[in-house]
Amino acid sequence: MLAFVLRRVAQAVLVMLTVGLIAFSLFTFVGDPVLFMLGQDATPEDRVRVTKLLGLDQPFYVQYANFVGRALQGDFGLSLRQVRPVSKLFVERLPATLELSFAAAFLALAAGIPMGVYTALRRNSWLAQVFLTVSLIGVSLPTFLIGILLILVFAVVLGWLPSFGRGDTIAIGWWTTGLLTASGLKSLILPAITLGLFQMTLIMRLVRSEMLEVLRTDYIKFARARGLSDRSVHFRHALKNTLVPVITIAGLQLGAIIAFAIITETVFQWPGMGLLFIQSVTVADIPVMAAYLCLIALFFVVINLVVDLLYYAVDPRLRVDRAAAAH
Amino acid sequence: MLAALLTVVCVGGAVFAPWVAPHNPFDSGTLVLTDGFTPPAWTAGGTSRYLLGTDDQGRDILSTIMYGARISLAVGVASVLFSMVLGVGLGLIAGYVGGRLDAFIMRIADIQLSFPPILIALLIDGVARVVLPRESHDQIAIYVLILAIGVSSWVQYARTVRGSTLVERGKEYVQAARVIGRGQASIMFHHVLPNVLSPVLVIATIHLATAIITEATLSFLGVGVPATQPSLGTLIRVGNDFLLSGEWWITVFPGAALIILVLSVNLLGDWLRDALNPKLR
Repeated sequence: MLAFVLRRVAQAVLVMLTVGLIAFSLFTFVGDPVLFMLGQDATPEDRVRVTKLLGLDQPFYVQYANFVGRALQGDFGLSLRQVRPVSKLFVERLPATLELSFAAAFLALAAGIPMGVYTALRRNSWLAQVFLTVSLIGVSLPTFLIGILLILVFAVVLGWLPSFGRGDTIAIGWWTTGLLTASGLKSLILPAITLGLFQMTLIMRLVRSEMLEVLRTDYIKFARARGLSDRSVHFRHALKNTLVPVITIAGLQLGAIIAFAIITETVFQWPGMGLLFIQSVTVADIPVMAAYLCLIALFFVVINLVVDLLYYAVDPRLRVDRAAAAH
Repeated sequence: MLAALLTVVCVGGAVFAPWVAPHNPFDSGTLVLTDGFTPPAWTAGGTSRYLLGTDDQGRDILSTIMYGARISLAVGVASVLFSMVLGVGLGLIAGYVGGRLDAFIMRIADIQLSFPPILIALLIDGVARVVLPRESHDQIAIYVLILAIGVSSWVQYARTVRGSTLVERGKEYVQAARVIGRGQASIMFHHVLPNVLSPVLVIATIHLATAIITEATLSFLGVGVPATQPSLGTLIRVGNDFLLSGEWWITVFPGAALIILVLSVNLLGDWLRDALNPKLR
């Protein structure tokens, strides 16, 4: 157990160090920071002094270690475009992305699970067919096109919902939320649908196939033979057992949602981290890019690590395999 | 049948765009600026000269779509080929040589598999744009894009090829080749490679549609193909700015074209897969 955990943690740390190295090497392309700070007229003595002060006279690996040390404390320097600490920018943007992501995940679960159950139980009804067809469209359309089409229908033609931005927000400490104002909630609807649609279809199809599988098993037949009502069989016995893989997938997909938020945020000009990253790419704002790289890698590494460890804790077969392989 | 016709029209229109398109949208000499924002032919204010209307600079939407689909298709095919070569090569080496090299390559593959491909493509593309000199962006943007999309999806190929190489490696013909003294590289590429290639082609046909969507997404985000040589994604991005002011056709038609292109590439892939696999006939 301990060896497995240690190996996984070591791998995660290695991935983070590699991503950190890529982020760090980006900085070598911004030009000479000493020249940037002192200007053309600096004396050679001043240059040497500032180079020493910035630690640029040290060997590469020492500089990298310093970078990692600062990054661990959340210090990525100043944004070149906005001349403000990068960490501040991200703290401002984080609530927007997380609210959008969790709204999308909630939507995907809240709509996907009932739709999956329905399509499994009433396989031949027309509504089930409609759900399946819609899900096929949801899978095959690119995210940004779904967003554009939603804007066209609900914002331009019908004029019901806003097409961009976050609406009014309320600050609770450092966290700004749009969930407590009417305009904030209205602005959230279209982006959340855009972001959640793919995950919703995924969950719907997963629930449907798992449900069909479970309904064939002996204990369901037995429950029916005991004379339990359909409702009790379907929801108490069947659904409960389909939810284990659904929760795993939902957890794993959380990372994907945060990644795909880049696209949704660009379509709806949603002021989150993804939009910040895209803007920083177009103007070559390297500190912001480096921070985003590290942050998104951290999200994925942590999610995968947690899922791996949970699997290991839940599934005893994994342990047996490892033990057998070791002998 | 209808699907086949659609596919032929769509892919044909894209490939032969310079010959079949009604206008050349990139020849500024023929552009009429006052024709800008002409709506599609069947609505009020449209003319039959511009079937699907024009954009802000008076370019014919139908023609830009045809040229754009051509670039989308080219980038898609090129990036699929690139990731195929990369993935097959690494998978073959990992499977045949084995040992530490195998463990190293497959560990990288595992790690990459935990990130969504589109994110990897976006990050590679974004980093490359910053690293490379600004002046050369427009010329090399397409190649950077192909590289980014290609690198983002080599894992599938490598895993499949490694799996079948492990099986092939133990077979008699490989032992025979070794006995007559052929070199490792020669055995790998002349003997093993042809036998592990058929599932690769199936993956490639499925992957092409994904590659086209990835390209469109990156171009839409503004980090893909430059506006001087727009692909479908770039066209959608440019048109998106006019969506709110009512000029919906500038973005909706390229969007529809993208959907149809992806659909017909998928159909083509299905057909190819069946044609290449005699067992299914």
